[in-house]
Amino acid sequence: MEKTTAEKSTTEEKEAPEKTPEQAVEAETPKPPKKKIDPRDKLYKPEHRLFVLNSSPHDFKNASVPRIMWSVIAALVPATAMGIYYFGLPAVWLILACVLASLATEVVINKIKGQKLSINDGSAVITGLLLALTLPPTLSITSAILGSIFAIAIGKQVFGGLGYNIFNPALIGRAFLQASFPVAMTTWQLPFVGFDGISAATPLGQFKFEKISTPLMPLLTGNSGGSLGETCAIAILIGGLYLLIKKFADWRIPLSYLGSVFILGGLLWLIDPASYPDPVFLIFSGGLMLGAFFMATDMVTSPITPTGAWIFGIGAGILVIVIRFFGGLPEGVMYSILLMNAVTPLINRYTRPKFLGEVRK
Amino acid sequence: MGLFTFKHGVHPEEHKTFSCERAIEDLPLPDDVYIPLQQHIGRPCSPTVQKKDEVKTGQLIGKAEGFVSSPVHSSVTGTVKAIGPFLNSMGVRVPMIHIQRSGDDDWEFLEKVADWQQSTTEELEKLVLNAGIVGMGGAAFPSHVKLKVSPEKPMDAFILNGCECEPYLTCDHRMMLERTDKVLEGMAIIMKILKVKQGFIGVENNKPDAIAILKERVQANGYDFKVTPLKVKYPQGAEKMLIKAILKRSVPAGGLPGDVGVIVHNVGTAVAVMEAVTEGKPLVSRVVAVTGDGLQTPKNLQVRIGTTINHAISHCGGLKDSVAQILMGGPMMGFSQFSLSVPVVKATSGIVCTSHVKELKLKTYPCIRCNSCVTACPVFLLPNRLSRLAEMEVFDEAEDFGILNCIECGSCVFVCPSHIPILQWLRIGKYRVNELKRKAAVS
Repeated sequence: MEKTTAEKSTTEEKEAPEKTPEQAVEAETPKPPKKKIDPRDKLYKPEHRLFVLNSSPHDFKNASVPRIMWSVIAALVPATAMGIYYFGLPAVWLILACVLASLATEVVINKIKGQKLSINDGSAVITGLLLALTLPPTLSITSAILGSIFAIAIGKQVFGGLGYNIFNPALIGRAFLQASFPVAMTTWQLPFVGFDGISAATPLGQFKFEKISTPLMPLLTGNSGGSLGETCAIAILIGGLYLLIKKFADWRIPLSYLGSVFILGGLLWLIDPASYPDPVFLIFSGGLMLGAFFMATDMVTSPITPTGAWIFGIGAGILVIVIRFFGGLPEGVMYSILLMNAVTPLINRYTRPKFLGEVRK
Repeated sequence: MGLFTFKHGVHPEEHKTFSCERAIEDLPLPDDVYIPLQQHIGRPCSPTVQKKDEVKTGQLIGKAEGFVSSPVHSSVTGTVKAIGPFLNSMGVRVPMIHIQRSGDDDWEFLEKVADWQQSTTEELEKLVLNAGIVGMGGAAFPSHVKLKVSPEKPMDAFILNGCECEPYLTCDHRMMLERTDKVLEGMAIIMKILKVKQGFIGVENNKPDAIAILKERVQANGYDFKVTPLKVKYPQGAEKMLIKAILKRSVPAGGLPGDVGVIVHNVGTAVAVMEAVTEGKPLVSRVVAVTGDGLQTPKNLQVRIGTTINHAISHCGGLKDSVAQILMGGPMMGFSQFSLSVPVVKATSGIVCTSHVKELKLKTYPCIRCNSCVTACPVFLLPNRLSRLAEMEVFDEAEDFGILNCIECGSCVFVCPSHIPILQWLRIGKYRVNELKRKAAVS
């Protein structure tokens, strides 16, 4: 047995003793293995052998946190690519700025806290990338960097880092930017225009303030105004389905989230088609797709129970409808998810699944 | 046709090819055996022999104390050298009887019946009790206790457990292939004792040869048993999972299979029952799969109880140089050994020698609540939450969240991408909750 690996391990080890158990107890101090021992000798003189001691189970699936995180990043590639295609070079700079600022913030905080570097688990990259995808392509790089720093520092690290945050860090960063730069955060441009200073409205904004509905086709392909990565529904769906198939996201959350928006919006539309848009427009416009597949399904901040996932999705869906139709903002995805994040611990507490054979009183 | 199965669970790599083609061999008799006085759940036996006594194979050396207890018999012919504490597979020193073999293998048989069909239930039950038979799947619960049916709670189904869902292990598989008739006869005897008409044999679908031969022999012998192929999934062989899979009945939490009218016995137990009833043989040997990539030639061995694992391993050509870990039992629920001198007991189903210890290479991350463990837990607990509660010592809430229902199958740790020792925390939690309950009961 390779003694080097054994010594590195934290696993408790003891020496394999002689043939009889009595002697086994006496042999307490490990003897260094002699060189060049015949394998058969080793067996009959087992004091030369060291075995690893640990408690069951001894088999593990090939899964790890970085693998999950990098898969999520891979799932975001189509949406990112479409964002860059539509909004050009400024989009590239924005994405790079967000990702690098997130990584830098993570490193600095790791250093301050005296922890090991945690950037290779990929979670900071996800935060930066997701934040960039929710920003208007015209936003200045400085604001984007500020948002990223806020997202990592206040959104994640003050709670204790990966796994301990209550709110989705990327959305915390975006909420911070929305509050700090309200004008820049609501100045949109159409794809392929470049920096010409002509602002346009998002499909949701157009509907809210001018009652103009956008047809389905531009919403699917992404040829409309909006945040960097939220416009192309098809690209998001591809990534989202990949996540669902690989089981890196709970299918209940996007289904219940989109479903409740569709049903509620549909009801309102049936009651008054003039003042409410049709439900298909509702679910394909704005950041709902991106939110449903990549933000709401964030493992850390969504409920762990199956019932909880349904409640989370439906609650967020109701909030989207309320904010979009009855609130001051045209878009409500960000706040709907953040608000549901806040009640997630409560949901977890009260939706314990029934265990096998349990008889509830 | 959809295969029978239960919800949740995991699918570890099977690794059964090491030994599944190898016919059961008799292990040459060892020179020394160390027979623990407690090889079962329940009260330990009291020794009936003294130091320097001559004993024969099959002679009673430990008397059962109380109802939930099981007698122990000598597995070789020889002299009692010592009665005292020796190391067992858990790393604990427990009372064992050390017998030195004197050469011959003289048997002392128990009473038997000529025709079990004509015997009464009580007679058969007594034979099983006297033979010291315990559950041979690993739990080692005294079998005669499970055979005792109270008139208020009649049983209506019996399941023979041939799942062998643990990776590496092949002893039940070989037994079903080579001793098919013994298995079926044992099952018939158990069903007669239980007065049960419905009999099922649950076999995982990765053993098509066993399923085929069982079906054939069931028909040839005119039995009324149903051979049910099951989906390959861990922990299919756990009693409650198996009942859920085959009969779709849920054993109440904290209850026993008897509460839903079902009794489950292992294939090995059925063979032991058959041999005890028709041949008068007490349980002094069992089939052990000695396997793994750290072994020269993996084999299935018929091993006398009390043989040291060193003896079994040397019969398999010895260990390879690369070996890193010796497990008693399978990799999901087995115990790692630091000594080759621990004895094989009635519940030892395998000795697995592996050269890879995956745990050493794992990096631990914080829990990201990915819910892999929640979707793996076969008893529908929230392992991530429970392990956290146990870690934070919030035991009352842990109890509310069902920590005591954990069957310690290890599925949660198997799937965890953060490699958190969830089960280890749960074990601590269970222990502490039970301790608190005991204290509350006393005061």
